[in-house]
Amino acid sequence: MPNNTSGMTATEYIIARHANRDRVTPGEIVNVSVDLCMSNDATTLLTEKIMKEQMKTQNVWDPSRVVIIVDHQVPADSVDTSRVQQQMAQFVNDQGIDKFHMVDGVCHQVMLENYVYPGALILGADSHTCSYGSIGAVSSGIGSTDLAAIWASGETWLKVPETVRFVLNGQLPEYVSAKDVALHIINLVRANGLTYKAMELAGPGTKSLDVPERFTICNMAVEAGAKCTMVIPDDKVLAYFEHLNRPFKDQSLLDALQKTTGSACQSEIQIDLDTLEPMIACPHYVDNVRPLSDIQGLKIDQAFLGSCTNGRIEDIREGARLLEGKKIAPNMRFLVTPASIRVYKQALAENLIPIFLDAGAILNHPGCSTCWGAHQGILAAGQRMVTTGNRNFKGRAGSPESEIYLASPSVVVASAIKGVLTHPKEVL
Amino acid sequence: MGQAWKFGDNIDTDQIIPSQYLVLPSIKDMARHTMEPQNPDFATQFKNGDIIVGEVNFGCGSSREQAPLVLKELGVRIIIALDFARIFFRNAINNGILPIEHECAKEISDKDDIVIDLKTGEIVNQTTQKTWYFNKIQGYLADILDAGGLAAYIASRKGKQT
Repeated sequence: MPNNTSGMTATEYIIARHANRDRVTPGEIVNVSVDLCMSNDATTLLTEKIMKEQMKTQNVWDPSRVVIIVDHQVPADSVDTSRVQQQMAQFVNDQGIDKFHMVDGVCHQVMLENYVYPGALILGADSHTCSYGSIGAVSSGIGSTDLAAIWASGETWLKVPETVRFVLNGQLPEYVSAKDVALHIINLVRANGLTYKAMELAGPGTKSLDVPERFTICNMAVEAGAKCTMVIPDDKVLAYFEHLNRPFKDQSLLDALQKTTGSACQSEIQIDLDTLEPMIACPHYVDNVRPLSDIQGLKIDQAFLGSCTNGRIEDIREGARLLEGKKIAPNMRFLVTPASIRVYKQALAENLIPIFLDAGAILNHPGCSTCWGAHQGILAAGQRMVTTGNRNFKGRAGSPESEIYLASPSVVVASAIKGVLTHPKEVL
Repeated sequence: MGQAWKFGDNIDTDQIIPSQYLVLPSIKDMARHTMEPQNPDFATQFKNGDIIVGEVNFGCGSSREQAPLVLKELGVRIIIALDFARIFFRNAINNGILPIEHECAKEISDKDDIVIDLKTGEIVNQTTQKTWYFNKIQGYLADILDAGGLAAYIASRKGKQT
């Protein structure tokens, strides 16, 4: 294990530790040991089939490092879905895997609450696995064949990514959220602008953001193609782990990561948070971003508050703040899905749930829900949805003739109230 | 030789295989819905040897490996695009599909007749009589492609070691 960071970025330093190397440089391919790997109901069975049938390996290398989460279709909505979940439970039982969650929420939120930690190297068969850079882990999405090889061996190869550092300055204005920062960044670099690269968030503006807000931005990084993300863990991260009842104590790792601050990287992009405004990603591409002010007034049929991007308690609180005492628009379908049971229970404890129910919303059990698009809140041809989710691909939530608009929680809730794309200041 | 199936920018994995079909029992069942939102006739009309051509950021979106698997099931062996999303690029190679990143993607239209020589790296558009050369994938990744994918590569190496 290297003791000094030798001018490496935080991402390079963590990869070097897992490659058992003193240093690594961008572009080189290294073999790494994996701390944790994760899969869900969209990817687990295919991975099992590849490991057993094609790699001729019957058991995972270390059941304690394998996390399996059912989140895409909870509860099961068809015979096929139920069969998938039944087979997953059987696999988990056969392998002696304890880190199995059937009803607890979206995989990335469950990972954040229970398993991820600074300095870890985590790979998951879900593209939004890149989210955990928000707490100082190197994490990335992979396919089932790569995951099967990790299940079989505990190792994989990685190309060390170049780091693009986004230096955030200033503070978010009222009504502007981390989601708007994410959409601004994707608009700036385009949907392939960070392909193969690590996105590091730095600067005083990053420090001003709370951990859930950083998570939202890191989560969306894959929509610009990023391989992984990084925020050098600070006191806010440590406080967040205390709040999760699993304090992080490895001070030497934290010191080493701090030392990577300002290390040489491929490029730096300055972003002034004070100048941002609410943004919308329009159909059918996440980088088709426009200021809300350009398209407000557009009629909406469905609104969704939830997902691994924006389903945390802070998002539910913001929604409840805007919605309290109001009704949603006539004929509007408004779905609310807390990202996890923990979030759900907190919302119940704060008495936020009745605000949504009284307004006419549908409350769903935690999971991917409408963001995944094959399960709850399917759109008919010609319908439009505004959502806090992360993808607006053609047909993602039903008919290829429907339209999806990505926005922040406050824009989604304001639009649910008015029935048209609405600036949150208009409902307060 | 094959016919080009031309698609545009940012063909995401929900276009290649929409979410609602991922619970079907087999890749063969899923393959009937390949590219359905873009072209409902794709799965029935794609012929072995035809080539998919995209533009920017082909294969973006989810990590679902069912995307390259349904393409492979229909006989896709080569995809040409200006660039590929990272996870799809790796998934394609892991399943023995060759992703070629090349500017010629701009100069290939739907239904053009394309000939690709993997040995020489030559791409010929017979419809427009234009020729290009691509940098062949080498080393470890080439070994995986030659074996027909990562799983086959690992299995073949296991055979050699024992």
